Parts: sequence; structure tokens; C-alpha cells
Amino acid sequence: MKFIHIFLIVAIILNFNFLKADEIKTENKITKNLRCLICQGQSVYDSDSEFAISLKIVIKNKIQQGLSEEQIYSFLKMKYGEWILYDPVFSRNTYFLWLLPILIFLAGGAIIIKRFYKKK
Amino acid sequence: MKSKFIPLILILIFLITFVIFFKGLKNSNIYAPDTNLKKEVPSFELKSFENDSIVISEKIFKDKDYYFMNIWASWCIPCKEEHKFLMELKKDDRIELIGFNYKDNFTNASSFLKDLGNPYDIIVSDKDGTTSIEWGAYGVPESFLVYQNKIIKRFIGPINNEDLLEIQKIIK
Repeated sequence: MKFIHIFLIVAIILNFNFLKADEIKTENKITKNLRCLICQGQSVYDSDSEFAISLKIVIKNKIQQGLSEEQIYSFLKMKYGEWILYDPVFSRNTYFLWLLPILIFLAGGAIIIKRFYKKK
Repeated sequence: MKSKFIPLILILIFLITFVIFFKGLKNSNIYAPDTNLKKEVPSFELKSFENDSIVISEKIFKDKDYYFMNIWASWCIPCKEEHKFLMELKKDDRIELIGFNYKDNFTNASSFLKDLGNPYDIIVSDKDGTTSIEWGAYGVPESFLVYQNKIIKRFIGPINNEDLLEIQKIIK
């Protein structure tokens, strides 16, 4: 009898330990990349507004339902628009935003190389 | 020849950048979401406000063409402001008012309705606010005009007389 008790206690503790560390990690990662739409300077992770609290619960539930990170992002994008994401997706509206630093880098590199060869 | 062009190009680049940023200064940096939507009503299952029975969305948005879904709470001050307009809207038979009681407690919400009147045909309680997120809501108060199971317009913040007139015009 005692053995069964101990076994049960160990099993329960192990299950608690199983507290899905990965899920919490994913949840934090997602909420850090979401803009709180009530207090727009903060991420949902940092915010304690009613909106952010509810959104955290929704994300937790979605993760438990087995939705992937991408699926959660697209769900939120559908509901609130792309503005909710801190990391903008590569699309027609953001080509310029993503490509400009690369273009500037290439142009700068070209100038440096040109000068370098000229000196030689 | 070459040395003439370079300063010109630099000035041009500077000017373009200046104009872009100067225009950007005047843009509002507060995000305003799209208020004219054409989205299906999200399905949900919530507890009724009055008792513990479960209310499902398919049963709510069934009989009429127009529904006005309003998210409210007794602790929300702007909700008090818009309440008189909701009472006015209630008088219209063509529209049914659905109340989403948002993160509230029963006693406070009941006395809110007792004091100001109950404009709602059905009230459900969204205790943790998750169903409001499914609707794409930001907070309280917020309202959605539903026509034939589709959200056609959203009102962020308290509705005013202009909004009321607009709704009445739409449902005519």
C-alpha cells in the first residue's frame, strides 16, 4: 500500500515537472513578438493590459491545441492585421523595408572596392 | 564633370530622405484598424450571463438579419456614456442587441443594468476575454454590426449619436 502511495506521489510530481517547459518557451517567444494594441509601445509579453492578458491565454490555449507558431501568427494577423507583429513579414508592402539595408550595404561595398582598386 | 554630379546627387538624396521623413512626422503613429470588415461571425460557446447555461453562437445569430454585438463591462466608464445610445437602438425591432459582458462580476454588472436599463436581448459573459479576442476586439467598449452572419462594421470605443444614426441608416 505504501509503495503504491509513493509511486502515485512520484508520478504526480513527474507530471508536474512535465509542466511543458517548451510550451512556455514558445508562448514567451510569440508574445514577445506581438505588439500590445492598447499600449502600443509595449509587447504583449511586457504588457498587463486586459487585452494582453486575454491574448496570452488565447496563445497558451492555441499552443496546447497543437497549433504551430506560424499558424498562431497567421491567426492573429487575420484578426488584427499585420501591425500586431513586431517582425514584419516579407510582402509587397515591405520589400523596400527588407531590401534597403542590403542595397545600401552592396552600394557601400562597391564604393569601397572601387576606391581600393583605384589606389592600387 | 564628375565632381559636379556627385554633390548634386547627394543633395537630391538628402532632399528625398528629408521629404519622406517630414511627411512621416505628420502620420499618426497610433494604429487604427480597419472598421469596415466583411468577416464571418466567429463561432463561440459562452456561459449565459443570467444563469450557467451554455449559449452557442449559431443559436444567437439566426432569426434576424441585423445584430449589434456590444462588448461592455460595469467597470468601464465609457460604457456608461454609450449606454443611452444602446437604449435608443433597442427601440428598433429590426436589430437585436447581443451583450458581451467582458471580465466582469455578476453583482456589479447586474446593478449596472438595473441602474441604466438593459438594452440587450441576449447577454453572454466572456469571463477571461478570450472570445472577444476571437472577434478581433481590442477592449471595452467595442461593438460589431452583424448582417446575415457577417461582421459589416466595427465600432472601437463608445458609440455616439453619429454612430447611432449611421446604424439606423444601414438597417433601414
